[in-house]
Amino acid sequence: MSEFPWLLTMIVVPAVGGAAVAALPKGRDALAKQAALAVSLLVLVLAVLATVAFDTGGERFQLTTSVSWIPSFGVDFALGVDGIALVMLLLIGVLVPVVVVASWRDTGPGGRSMKAYFAWLLVLEAMMVGVFAATDVFLFYVFFEAMLVPMYFIIGSFGGPRRQYAAVKFFLYSLLGGLVMLASVIGLYVVSTSQIGEGTFAFDALRSLDIDPGVQKLLFLGFFVAFAIKAPLVPFHTWLPDSGAEAPVGGAVLLVGVLDKVGTFGFIRYCLPLFPDASRTFAPWILGLAVAGILYGALLAMGQSDMKRLVTYTSIAHFGFIALGIFAFTAEGGSGAVLYMVNHGISTGILFLVVGMVITRGGSRSIADYGGIGKKAPVLAGVFLVAGLSSLALPGTNSFVSEFLVLLGSFPTRPVFTIVATVGIVLAALYVLLLIQRAVHGPARGLVTEQPFPDLRRRELVVVAPLLALVIGLGVYPQPLLDLINPAVAATMGDIGSDPAGTQPATAEQGAN
Amino acid sequence: MIEAPDLSLSALSPFLFVFGAALVGVLVESFAPRHVRQPTQVALALVGTVGGFACTLLLAGRGEVTAAGALAVDGAGLFLQATIAGLGALSVLLFAERALDPARSAFVASAAVPAGSPRDRELLTDERVQTEVYPLATFAVGGMMLFVAANDLLVMFIALEVLSLPLYLICGLSRRRRLLSQEAAVKYFLLGAFASAFFLYGLALVYGATGTVQLAGIRQSVTDDGTGTLLVLGLGLLVVGLMFKASVAPFHTWTPDVYQGAPTPVTAFMAACTKVAAFGAILRLLYVAFGTADWTWRPLVYGIAIVSMVVGAVLGLTQTDVKRMLAYSSIAHAGFLLTGVIGLDAGTGSGLAATLFYLLAYGLTTVGAFAVVTLVRDGDGEATALAQWAGLARRSPLTAAIMTFLLLALAGIPLTSGFTGKFAVFRAAIEVGAWPLAVVALVTSAVAGFFYLRLVVLMYFSEPAEDGPSVGVPGLPTTIVLAVTVAATLVLGVVPGSVLDLADGAARLVG
Repeated sequence: MSEFPWLLTMIVVPAVGGAAVAALPKGRDALAKQAALAVSLLVLVLAVLATVAFDTGGERFQLTTSVSWIPSFGVDFALGVDGIALVMLLLIGVLVPVVVVASWRDTGPGGRSMKAYFAWLLVLEAMMVGVFAATDVFLFYVFFEAMLVPMYFIIGSFGGPRRQYAAVKFFLYSLLGGLVMLASVIGLYVVSTSQIGEGTFAFDALRSLDIDPGVQKLLFLGFFVAFAIKAPLVPFHTWLPDSGAEAPVGGAVLLVGVLDKVGTFGFIRYCLPLFPDASRTFAPWILGLAVAGILYGALLAMGQSDMKRLVTYTSIAHFGFIALGIFAFTAEGGSGAVLYMVNHGISTGILFLVVGMVITRGGSRSIADYGGIGKKAPVLAGVFLVAGLSSLALPGTNSFVSEFLVLLGSFPTRPVFTIVATVGIVLAALYVLLLIQRAVHGPARGLVTEQPFPDLRRRELVVVAPLLALVIGLGVYPQPLLDLINPAVAATMGDIGSDPAGTQPATAEQGAN
Repeated sequence: MIEAPDLSLSALSPFLFVFGAALVGVLVESFAPRHVRQPTQVALALVGTVGGFACTLLLAGRGEVTAAGALAVDGAGLFLQATIAGLGALSVLLFAERALDPARSAFVASAAVPAGSPRDRELLTDERVQTEVYPLATFAVGGMMLFVAANDLLVMFIALEVLSLPLYLICGLSRRRRLLSQEAAVKYFLLGAFASAFFLYGLALVYGATGTVQLAGIRQSVTDDGTGTLLVLGLGLLVVGLMFKASVAPFHTWTPDVYQGAPTPVTAFMAACTKVAAFGAILRLLYVAFGTADWTWRPLVYGIAIVSMVVGAVLGLTQTDVKRMLAYSSIAHAGFLLTGVIGLDAGTGSGLAATLFYLLAYGLTTVGAFAVVTLVRDGDGEATALAQWAGLARRSPLTAAIMTFLLLALAGIPLTSGFTGKFAVFRAAIEVGAWPLAVVALVTSAVAGFFYLRLVVLMYFSEPAEDGPSVGVPGLPTTIVLAVTVAATLVLGVVPGSVLDLADGAARLVG
């Protein structure tokens, strides 16, 4: 079993599927959808089988494949996953088929054929799997940048009225971050050349380097800027509301649910283990940005009149929590952050999808145009409520476990930041409940009365059902995921030299805060 | 009695092939009847360039100085010669395209007829084809190949003239928009003459300081006697002359006008081959003659690289014409190439190999991009205004996809040759400690990304204009060029290993 190249297959299958869908003759949109669904379900099956083949007690990186790719640069096409990457692959496996079904009836602006949309979705899936499965920094970078292209076309060709602006902004922000990271990637290579004797990009070899603190800081910043733009942390976030609001709903789910997680994944996979000293030096600043993001995102979410923008601002707040968990340098905080990455993908995914269903019915993104959805579409309203509650991390829903773990893990080392962050929970309740109150409760008015406002159709139920099941299921029993995540997080926190138990301040310097 | 210099004919075989084909071309032009000239000339030019290409491959591995020290046959020189000959052959294919223009050629039927005269209007639709362009281009290819092999400043100067004079002429041969084309030719000629003068002046000063024009002799003199003001001034002037040909800012002012005015196949030829040749000469001069005193040129090249990247990327943002945009892109890329030149580190750095690879990758992608430009046409010839490209993806998805891929390569997105090249030169620069330069290069790459992206946005996300241009169906020659350049851009991005090894192995300059 372990010999089978699961990860490579998970990249090749959607990539080939995407090319095949793109090559279908004009007008075969129905076939394109069916093919896309079949391929994405196959990837889900592969992800599940890979999880079965993964031994939680085994080595850190498993299911590895490695072939030499560009020998003169010392680059290998090396894939492998630890628990953190594996849960992200599972998330991708679940979200892509959901998005395909959710986009079944979408029509492109100006009567564009949707065939290209499904082709790009599959290509994007291949790139996303690659970015999480790469264990060679160069390969990671290649996927990190190549991932932009399909998302760029998804936003730019199939998005809302300001899609061109949003697509270009998205691409340029990410490209700039990526290029700054490239400088650090090359820098790492040069350091490895001088220390090991030959340049390498292999993660394990780079982890064992002993980098001069001054150089470490510069290299860390290169990676950090790229990931902070991707995640996004607060001063680097302005592209996300535009992209999230203008992207088609399916694209937005993957953008916020998975693509942005590459940023937080990058923090935990690359920034912490490769640059432990620099991470410790910059941690207070990053925590400051994280907490600022929690409050700022929440406040801006409250002020939004556009539903999709609101959801993207809630995500900025959530990314603050994830960064808080990661840069608290405790095992609980780290596990909570990784679990949060999965849960945020699920709860924001379902919230985006529900908002998308409302917008499809009403034709407007403005909250003020709706009211009393519950009167005409009770099931839709119910799902909306559950999605909202999951987003505000109500106990019993999935997000509660992760948010609680993050706060619990951060408090011992970073009490001040943690206390400020808890204010974010209150604000989260406000922005979600205000949205639901305005759009769902009260007498039916606005577009809800003017338009036929049917309740959820069967296809839409199929879309939300698996996510609802996960919201409740992971809320009650998150242990299987934690079993996967914990060893990898413990290894990461071990690299940075903190106490895995997380009960003691990692260093005297941290304890002083 | 004067001894004849020792000549290794086998080492000269690439030149013999190319110049031979060009000379026969002149004879054909004089004596062959009109109707057989076009096919004969195309065949001759292809035989010359492809033959030259094959000869350089056969010479691979040689390392010697021949013709009384005037020519160096070495790995880097042969790599560059092969690149020039190969790109030259692709450009000749673009010249030979007859399916796109209703008058069956991109070149004017009779260049001597004044533009706008009644006779000129008559000739506009005449299917008579100008064929002087083939021997001229072949001469230029020969000059370029000589340029990168010249081991002697005088030979380098002669090669510079041999490559430049035909280029000045063929820039003015556009069939449509002739005034623009002629203006481009005159501008290129005048500024090119200035650059030649700079080069010659520098040559004289260097000769005055060292008493020799041979690169090896200059190196010896620099090592033994050190560098004086005269020598540094001379070097500065030589570099200015070469940078002009390489269209490096601030010596770039001719580039946008000439790229825009010249017939597009000629623009493709200039953008790819001239760039390779000029950088070949820059590498040889700086490395062979001044490699031991790199403090004399390093700060200069460092500064020029930054200026070129910034000027190319920022001014590229404001362009409204595809050809001008690609011209500024070429200026920015010249800056990126100079980061590789900075990585030339007394023989240990990877800068030479990186620059060789970058030149090859950039040349192929650029020829492909200009080939796409020749396809998009309206009633008045090529539609080069950016606004006319709006919604092109609806009209011709394949053309738009090819252009997008090539633009992504120029922007340096992974899995294209542009990324591999950029990675190689930036690595070379960071290895020698020039990381501030690399950071500037990365930031300007992002800025340049914006204008490449703008064209993609126009093609894919904008609604097509009512009376927009149509996309011509290319004949066999252009199809071959597109297939080769797209395939090469992809292969050099996805599996660049063997070509990188080749460049590594070739990265050797004798002198």
